[in-house]
Amino acid sequence: MSDYNPLELMISIAAHTMEDGSSVVVGTGAPCAAAMLAQKTTAPNILIMFEAGGIAPQLPTMPVSVGDSRTHWHAVMASSMGDTMAMTARGLIDYAFLGGAQIDAYGNLNSTFIGSNYEKPKVRLPGSGGACDLGCNCWHTIIMTPHEKRRFSEKIDFITTPGFLTGGDARDEAGLPEGTGPYKVITNLAIMGFDNPDRRMEVESLHPGVTLDQVKENTGFELLVKKDLKETEAPDPHTLKILRDEVDPHRYIIGR
Amino acid sequence: MKIIEQGKGELLTNPDPDLARAHFRKKSRAMTRKVMDVANAVAKFVHDGDYLGIGGFGGVRIPTAALHEIVRQGRKHLGLAGHTATHDFQILAAGECFDRVDIAYVVGLEARGVSKNARRYLESGKVKMVEWTNAGLAWRLKAAVLGVPFLVGRQSLGADSVPHSGSFVIECPYTGKKLATFPALYPDVSIIHVHEADEFGNASMSGALVADEDLARASKHVIITCERLVADDTFRQDPNKANIPYFCVDAVCEVPYGSYPGNMPGEYFSDEDHIKEWLTIERDEEAFKKFLDDNIYNVKDFEEYLGKHGGVKRIEALRRKELMIDE
Repeated sequence: MSDYNPLELMISIAAHTMEDGSSVVVGTGAPCAAAMLAQKTTAPNILIMFEAGGIAPQLPTMPVSVGDSRTHWHAVMASSMGDTMAMTARGLIDYAFLGGAQIDAYGNLNSTFIGSNYEKPKVRLPGSGGACDLGCNCWHTIIMTPHEKRRFSEKIDFITTPGFLTGGDARDEAGLPEGTGPYKVITNLAIMGFDNPDRRMEVESLHPGVTLDQVKENTGFELLVKKDLKETEAPDPHTLKILRDEVDPHRYIIGR
Repeated sequence: MKIIEQGKGELLTNPDPDLARAHFRKKSRAMTRKVMDVANAVAKFVHDGDYLGIGGFGGVRIPTAALHEIVRQGRKHLGLAGHTATHDFQILAAGECFDRVDIAYVVGLEARGVSKNARRYLESGKVKMVEWTNAGLAWRLKAAVLGVPFLVGRQSLGADSVPHSGSFVIECPYTGKKLATFPALYPDVSIIHVHEADEFGNASMSGALVADEDLARASKHVIITCERLVADDTFRQDPNKANIPYFCVDAVCEVPYGSYPGNMPGEYFSDEDHIKEWLTIERDEEAFKKFLDDNIYNVKDFEEYLGKHGGVKRIEALRRKELMIDE
């Protein structure tokens, strides 16, 4: 029995993926927890931004909206959406965190609707918000999502946020800035990447106690598997303590 | 300019800058007193069929009083800019006030979950949807502000929002790179809640500005609701203070605590209990009908609504939460 839950593991991995001094745009929930955890542990100089305009806040508690007061608490600036989004467009933002109802083998994400007819959706989802914009222009997109077969789908119903589209050079050919795209997919089972010529999702690391078969069973498409498949490092006690005591003391996120 | 791809989504507003110029040519430049109550402002400037923009960020710095008034006065067939529209969208969906929407983010209330009723309304087929993104709508407002028919960006390339929007993909004449177009968006009327305004409409806000400086400039008519009316010389004493100049503005309404149950940066936090109550009650259509009667239709004004939820006492608690006192 491990002494941490899957969300605590995912948030710790995400936090330690970002270098000190890098920049990140985050949303509410687990991504925000990851950025806060990074700021309080391995990346004290991380530049955190929110799409509604909060720049470099010292987040006191978890925001409920990416535009609420917490997102510019002790910030250097409360700016605008145009300003934050323009920063992603001119190459200033290293990391973005995204999720979605569906993801395919090339890291394309759907958060718009489920069904076969856009005009008459089976389930209408919120839409892009800033997700598409961030996924298009930030250098690295990190996707955090529960690992479920219905989410990891061969064919997604709508490309809200383009990943590597049909793979290979398709993203560059679509005109998206070179060197951008999905970077890691962090789930409750594994860490996956796209570091191969086909730009297809590839298992890089299995979480402690998880088998490759388990990952495959919960994925609706064929996964590549890295030759030197690793075991994910468990979060260290210090990181867990900060996460539990300072980042999310009310267990809004890690208690789910 | 070479067109590579053409979106099939309908443009809900006309991006022609000369139509906008013809309007702005006639717009009054006079520094006159524009103070009125919310009911009058909505009656005068929000008409059936108008295209509406809403300031703030869904549950942050929203013009709740005017949104309730639009529902209460029974406005229909509005167009709407769904630019991270959350609780505001939930209110207007409850009144079925709009029948077409430019979508960046709707239906959801961010970390709080999804509005069942707003989702039902969008899934009913009664609403024409056109798909954009937050940056896309921000670019569209900026194009309107600049008086150009469109701006370009690289966001949305490769996404399905391009075929479901009014965007084109074009080839850049300088670099040969692909670019998506974002046509100018001139709302007929926008409503923006701010911290302070004078009686002429000069207005200032703090916290995240979202796209409101551009929204005010792009819109043909603007209603400002404010926490506080301030003295006439306030802005002249500090010319860096105004985010919105008076000549953009048609009506000024003083509505203390007017973003409730939304957050007002520096003033009070959102009332998460009340928003949760709203989200929960939507699951039961009959109960929700009664809830709307109790909170909007059979209520005289915003002050009465706020009173039903604890009034100034409640705001005091939310103010402590906002300022992180007692936490």
